[in-house]
Amino acid sequence: MNGTLVGPLTFGSVEPNSGLKNALGKNRADVIADISASGIKGRGGAGFPTGVKWNLAAAAKDDRKFVVCNADEGEPGTFKDRVILSEYADLVFEGMTIAGYAIGATQGIVYLRGEYSYLRALLEAVLEKRRQQNLLGEDILKKKGFHFDIAIRMGSGAYVCGEETALIESLEGHRGEPRNRPPFPVDTGFMGHPTVVNNVETLAWAACILAKGPEWFKKIGTEKSTGLKLFSVSGDCARPGVYEFPMGITIAQLLKEVGGENAKAVQVGGASGRIVPAKEFERTLAYEDIPTGGSIIVLGPQRDMLHVARNFMEFFVEESCGQCTPCREGTQKLLEGIELLEQGKCSTRYLHELCALGETMQLASKCGLGQSAPNAFLSIVQHFREELMGRNNLIPAGKE
Amino acid sequence: MLVTERDRVKEDIVRWVEQYGGNRSALIPTLQELQRKYSQITDFAMQVVADALDIHPAEVYGVVSFYSFLDHRPKGKFVIRLCRTLSCDMQGKDRVARQLENDLGIRFGETTPDGKFTLEWANCIGMCDQGPALLVNEQVFTRVTPEKVHDILEGCRRTFGVYALEQKEEHLV
Ligand SMILES: Cc1cc2nc3c(=O)[nH]c(=O)nc-3n(C[C@H](O)[C@H](O)[C@H](O)COP(=O)(O)O)c2cc1C
Ligand code: SF4
Ligand code: FES
Repeated sequence: MNGTLVGPLTFGSVEPNSGLKNALGKNRADVIADISASGIKGRGGAGFPTGVKWNLAAAAKDDRKFVVCNADEGEPGTFKDRVILSEYADLVFEGMTIAGYAIGATQGIVYLRGEYSYLRALLEAVLEKRRQQNLLGEDILKKKGFHFDIAIRMGSGAYVCGEETALIESLEGHRGEPRNRPPFPVDTGFMGHPTVVNNVETLAWAACILAKGPEWFKKIGTEKSTGLKLFSVSGDCARPGVYEFPMGITIAQLLKEVGGENAKAVQVGGASGRIVPAKEFERTLAYEDIPTGGSIIVLGPQRDMLHVARNFMEFFVEESCGQCTPCREGTQKLLEGIELLEQGKCSTRYLHELCALGETMQLASKCGLGQSAPNAFLSIVQHFREELMGRNNLIPAGKE
Repeated sequence: MLVTERDRVKEDIVRWVEQYGGNRSALIPTLQELQRKYSQITDFAMQVVADALDIHPAEVYGVVSFYSFLDHRPKGKFVIRLCRTLSCDMQGKDRVARQLENDLGIRFGETTPDGKFTLEWANCIGMCDQGPALLVNEQVFTRVTPEKVHDILEGCRRTFGVYALEQKEEHLV
């Protein structure tokens, strides 16, 4: 059920809890300095420098702070967090505990998507074991005054709740509607207290960095995108699954590893990401080139790109929280436009209008969902226009 | 039976609200428990929850209507959610969907007349490398084919009326 873990992960090779032990031997500022020195950026997609985030939360004055592990993993094509939680939950909890020590938090919360409820019993058991070993609880590993524990809270089937402010709304018992930012969670987070929200994978790497040292991490990858990253690979390839690669790998290299060399395009970053056509397969998966949370969907030569655009736009119509107009109305309008294209009834001028609407959504939407909803459509129009225009109105293969 | 259904719902709610901290952030966990145990969040239950948390019932309704795993309409004992997102779509989810409809005699969004099964779409459930994937309540099935649909449904039917369901509820409290 855990799926294809292709090759061993670094996560399996670090001495359990050595990162936490190292961290507790340092002062808080030095722990954050290590994270900063490693150059790690958030593995959840947005790529915010983790050291900066921890520093801001550490600097905030409050006697209650929180560490939230974002395990809402809802981006289409992403499943690496599920694999990490299934195989290396200890490492994630260790990373949360290190974050708690670094910023001065006493409470951690895992926000686990409802679709992963079947993982809950396992995670609770791991937490219980950690409590028994004094890796959670009071005076952790005999460090006087360092108290930290972790609770699990479940999502309820809403993609937008992966957005950190919507996640906090949801934790507080509200509809998962994103807030305006600023203020950011590091300042005003859960219950109004400073809160670090990090992706599952980010926290696991944080534990590795404390175990193996920031230099180890920094040596891997590119200058602006350091370290290793997990990729969730699905679609038309011989060996789908979870892979660990250094940041900065080219798409061509990745496709070779997964057996997807004859792809005509790759969707990088899930529904909110972009289409990369074959002629751009030499580009790199890195924050400075094509940033991604790790979702790679390989599209073989037979795939209809308009169908790809439709599938993703239906996703956004469904998942938009409806709070702001550009996203709520825009996703609907784009879906209608895609239907016109399918029927071969869309004028060139109207297609231009749809693209302009997409660009407006990127600028005017309140949160990342609406800002990224048009990406797949726009990049398909950009790279596969010849497939979209003047279609006869046969129902395309695979359409519902 | 000594306690009526309503009393039982009330007792459950009071216990859950307390267990989850007694403040507003207990709302969603309480609703999740209700959904799991009663397959529905009734107007009555929403009113009780609102009273227990000292908020307006419209607030509770607003939350219930927001989340796709919470529902004020009755759902089947088994909620089947088939992933419709791209990777599962490319691996043949349409044929699985048709077979589910055929074997259950309902369309997506509907519940069987006996109240046992609800059929719904899900967006990506994180099994994209092993699609088509579906959830039956909290259990996941991967690489589902039309031929496997019957076995999955039979697996659910075998638990009707016997201990399996009751045990599960107890375990969750
Ligand atoms: C619509 C939307 C959904 C998101 N879903 C997730 C998610 O499932 N998991 C995640 O880690 N981050 C998700 N994010 C990003 C979070 O807002 C946040 O940036 C992230 O959790 C920060 O962690 P990191 O810095 O460790 O990546 C999402 C963002 C948006 C706009
Ligand atoms: S952009 Fe979409 S999801 Fe985000 S707040 Fe606006 S309507 Fe909600
Ligand atoms: S696309 Fe179906 S599980 Fe991800």
